[in-house]
Amino acid sequence: MLSPLRASVASLVRSSSSCAKQLAVCIVGSGPAGFYTAHQLLKLYGEDVKIDILDRLPTPFGLVRTGVAPDHEDTKNVTNQFTRIAQDPRVNFFGNVNVGRDITLDEIRKLYNAVVLAYGAESDRKLNIPGENSHGVHAAREFVWWYNGHPDQRDLPVDLSRVESVAVCGIGNVALDCARILLRPVSELASTDIARHALKQLQHSKVRQVQLCARRGPVQAACTAKELKELVSMPSIAVHAQPSQLAVSEADQAQMKATRLKRRIYELISNAAVSEKPGASRDLFFQFYRNPAEIIADADNQVQAIRVEKTQLVADPVRGTVAVGTGEYEEYPVQLVLKSIGYKSLPLPGVPFDDRQGVVPNAAGRVLTGVGAAADSIVPGLYVCGWLKRGPTGIIGTNLTDAEETVASMAQDYAMTRQAPTAAVGGAGLQQLLQSRSVAVVDYAAWEQLNAHEVNRGQQQGSVRVKCAAWDELLRAAGVALPHVHAM
Amino acid sequence: MLRTVLPSLLRRCLLGAPLQELVTACSCSSLQAAGSSSAAQRWGQQQRQQQQRSHAAAFHTSTSTAHGHSSDEDEGAETISVTFVSEKDGSETTVKAPIGKHLLEVAHDNDIELEGACEASLACSTCHVIVEDEEFFHRIPEPTEDELDMLDLAFGLSETSRLGCQVIATKELDGLRVKIPSATRNFYVDGHVPKPH
Repeated sequence: MLSPLRASVASLVRSSSSCAKQLAVCIVGSGPAGFYTAHQLLKLYGEDVKIDILDRLPTPFGLVRTGVAPDHEDTKNVTNQFTRIAQDPRVNFFGNVNVGRDITLDEIRKLYNAVVLAYGAESDRKLNIPGENSHGVHAAREFVWWYNGHPDQRDLPVDLSRVESVAVCGIGNVALDCARILLRPVSELASTDIARHALKQLQHSKVRQVQLCARRGPVQAACTAKELKELVSMPSIAVHAQPSQLAVSEADQAQMKATRLKRRIYELISNAAVSEKPGASRDLFFQFYRNPAEIIADADNQVQAIRVEKTQLVADPVRGTVAVGTGEYEEYPVQLVLKSIGYKSLPLPGVPFDDRQGVVPNAAGRVLTGVGAAADSIVPGLYVCGWLKRGPTGIIGTNLTDAEETVASMAQDYAMTRQAPTAAVGGAGLQQLLQSRSVAVVDYAAWEQLNAHEVNRGQQQGSVRVKCAAWDELLRAAGVALPHVHAM
Repeated sequence: MLRTVLPSLLRRCLLGAPLQELVTACSCSSLQAAGSSSAAQRWGQQQRQQQQRSHAAAFHTSTSTAHGHSSDEDEGAETISVTFVSEKDGSETTVKAPIGKHLLEVAHDNDIELEGACEASLACSTCHVIVEDEEFFHRIPEPTEDELDMLDLAFGLSETSRLGCQVIATKELDGLRVKIPSATRNFYVDGHVPKPH
């Protein structure tokens, strides 16, 4: 219920700003959640706010840079808006600053009036099946980071010249991205910002088939129409789905009737499964009602097959439509398995964390003192936004409304306490502390230098940009001194 | 500062802005001229927030929108009248939309709070608007599958929803009224509504 709230928040801001000094806010994380939070704060507070945005990477924008697929350049247009925010005189970017290693959260909280945790989800849900630790089994996140040039996955141990079949577990948009990057004619990727080391591998790739394994059916698929249409309509990919797997229950039919999105997903898959693709050189197999049960490895502990259990759907009053095993199994020979079953946030020492849900316990963005704590049992001055707050779901734009809610909470709290911000030292104090520890901070100007370097290299090589994909390369191109380069 | 206030003020006069708004803008600028800039800023900020205008170019740089073409470029172009209604607070802003421009552009040209993350490339749904009148809705050429696919993900999707960047101003749409939906809690891409906990 934001409408009446926003009106009362506006009046609180009005009454408090008449005697306010500047509000100093620190946002940990420079992805969409962080930037949209800054956006809302600037709108609400005008000249009365100063914002510092931190990121452990030298590069800003979070998953817009390291998650959005290379062949989805338009989706990255939002960075233009983020750039305008970062260039605002009220905002400062502090890249290559790792909260926990270079500075503690406690130290930050002493320097600012409010801290917003917006550092997303950098880990993964596990399958928890035998053989999961075999070589050749990776989280989709790691694979995506690899082809997007994230410095932490530069050395992902994958060799596509030895892979013919891939199993992707999951059927959300990230799973589709993985399948598409593996199956798309590599010539189409050369002009994108795909990491060069990934491009090289794809040029020598032997991958011919991807099995997309989904626990439930097409009507439960979490992907969206635009992405699915793109994948199944590629002329070079033959799409397969067994008719038995496309049978729909009455409940499914009702859902499709009620929701256009579900209808579209179903139609796209069933139409693609029967369409002829004479020019196709690679195959995409949808495997619905197939739950990964075991990963089978060879003597060198290298994955050679995935075993799946067939499932059927049961209506659960609490969890909705769930898949239960039938005791029947199938095996697909594969040399690479990508788990795309959900990201998961990492806890930050000193901050309450709900390990089951993978989020920081909160009420409308106010961090709570513990899991299950009452909505008024808050940690003062500490807030959360984005995936860390609500779980790893939604699209870039989802963070707009999320940030609105968190900032509304902040505005209420700040006005309520009526504390003129104790001259919060903010950025000056942060800079001093980081300098005393020889942290090589990448400010926005340094990022723009790095950015220009990547774009120039791209121009020389006929692509949108050529990313720096290693830590030292990034810092050097950003023009920062390298007293202590932290290898991850 | 006065330099940026005056053109904006003039534009509002020309658009027939309500008297209240003009008085507000005038008072802000005169306070500024008097030199008490921070008091003027705060008072102006209060007025702005009362009117739920996200930002006025006069006081600080716009953060969320790219300013479109200046009014000089549009002089001589035929225009229609379009009203943007904010669902957050019910405020209405009527503007002149040059024929041929899409609503996202028009909104940004007039400092209206309409997000456009992907900058009109049909890769997001942040410029979602709801056409108030069904008759007007049917005068807009039908959406493509691509637009519908993005609309499926928009918050507060309705029977007369469109993406602002896909609605082009035409003569037939003179008097169009669109609502900019307020935030909802639907964070799930597949339409699932989370249970409160």
